Amino acid sequence: MAASTLSSEGPAGPVPHPWAPAPYVVKARSSETPDTVSFVLEPSRGTRPIRFLPGQFNMLYAWGIGEAAISISGDVEESGTLVHTVRVAGKISQALTSVAPGGVVGVRGPYGTPWPMEAAAGRDVVVVAGGLGIAPVRPVIYELLHHRDRYSRVELIYGAKTPKDLVYYDQIQEWRRRSDLRFQTTVDTAGREWYGDVGVVTTRLPDARFEPDRTVAFLCGPEIMMRLTAEALEARGVADDRIWVSLERNMKCAIGICGHCQLGPEFVCRNGPVFRWREIRRYLTVREL
Amino acid sequence: MSGRATGPPPLRLADHRFVHGMEKEFLDLLDAQVYERTYETGELLVREGDPAEEFLLIFHGKVALEILSADRPRTTIQTIGAGEVLGWSWLFPPYRWRLDARAVKTTRVLGIGAAYLRRVLDEHPAAAYRFLLRLLPVIAQRLENTQLQLLDLHGG
Repeated sequence: MAASTLSSEGPAGPVPHPWAPAPYVVKARSSETPDTVSFVLEPSRGTRPIRFLPGQFNMLYAWGIGEAAISISGDVEESGTLVHTVRVAGKISQALTSVAPGGVVGVRGPYGTPWPMEAAAGRDVVVVAGGLGIAPVRPVIYELLHHRDRYSRVELIYGAKTPKDLVYYDQIQEWRRRSDLRFQTTVDTAGREWYGDVGVVTTRLPDARFEPDRTVAFLCGPEIMMRLTAEALEARGVADDRIWVSLERNMKCAIGICGHCQLGPEFVCRNGPVFRWREIRRYLTVREL
Repeated sequence: MSGRATGPPPLRLADHRFVHGMEKEFLDLLDAQVYERTYETGELLVREGDPAEEFLLIFHGKVALEILSADRPRTTIQTIGAGEVLGWSWLFPPYRWRLDARAVKTTRVLGIGAAYLRRVLDEHPAAAYRFLLRLLPVIAQRLENTQLQLLDLHGG
C-alpha cells in the first residue's frame, strides 16, 4: 500500500497525504472497444513512480469531476508507467477517457490486495475473466508469461458480451498462438463473422486442462460470473481455498475508512479487492448486502 | 441433408460421452441404425423449421446454434462441440427444428433416425427413462446458459 500515514514528513522526505492525488501525464491513449479506452500514464516531473502488484488498483482523479477506482492493467515489470483500462459508465469515466495525450489526471495508490502469485507457483493456474474483468488479471498474465517456468499448466478463459466487446483483442490473438498456455475466448452472442465459441465462460471449463488438486484459480468479472465459475471449479475438484476472486464495489476513500465499499465485515478497498473464495463466498449470496 | 458420407476410420457410437454407461442391449439397438456424416465449415446440419428427423451426436468439430429474426442479422446463441448432442426437437411434436445448426469447423457426427429412435424408446420404457435422464441435463444446461446470458454474465 502506498501512503498509509497522515504524517507530513517521513525518513525520505515529505509523505503525500493519503487522499492527495499525484499528477500523472497521459503518455498514450488507445481505444480497445467503442466504449473502452486504455491509457499509459507517467508521473509528472517531481512525482515518484508507483510500484504495484498484480491485482491492485489506483484511484484516478479527473480534475474537477471526481475519482474512480480503476484496476492497474499493465505489466508490473514495466516500471515507471501505469496502464489503466477504463470503460465509459458515468461522468468520471467519461472524463477520464476524454483526456488526450499530454493531459493530466490525478493518481493515488496503489491500493488493495494483490493476486497471490506465490500460491500459484508450481501449480496449474486457471484464470477466468468476464467483460472488463480481463483488465485486473492482465498483470497476472504478464507475470505468468515472464516467469513461465515457475508455473505448471496455464489455462485462460475470457468471456465478453459480443466479439466487439473483447478487450485487448490483438494481444489475446498473440497469446492464443503460444504453445505454453491455452487461451479460450467466448462471447454471449455473435454474428456469422465469428468462428469462435459462443456461450458463457462456464461452458468452456470442461475443455480446460488442469489437475484440480494442484490448481489455483483467479476469477474476475461480474459477481454472478465469479460465483458460478467458482462453483463449477469446485465441482471439478478445485478446493475453495485455492480460488481467488476480485470484487468490485463503490470505493471512495480506498483506505478502509468511509465504508462505501463495505461487504459484511470486509472493506473491499483495504481487505480486497482480491479475496480468497472460501472467505468471501458467504457474503455474495446474502440478498441486498 | 447436405452432409456427405465419410470413409474410415469410422466413428463408434460407444465412444461418445452421451452413451457412456448405457446398457449394451439398448446401445446395440441404437448402433444398428447409426450413420456417420461430415459437415464442412459453413454447412448447415439442421435448418430452422425443417422436420427434425434425426438425433445427432457430435464427435469432432464445432457447431454454431443460430437464430434468425427478421429485424436483425443471424445470431449465434451457443456453440457446441465434441461430446455434445444436437437438440431435442426430434423427440417432441411438432418435430421441427427451432434453430439453425451450422458447422464452424469441419464436424463429424453420428446420426440416428428420429422415427426409429422414438420407436425404440417407446418399446423400451425403462431404457428410455434412463436415456431421457441423459438428455434432460442437456436441455437444463442449455436453459441455464440462456438465463446466464440474460443476466449479462460477462458484463459486456
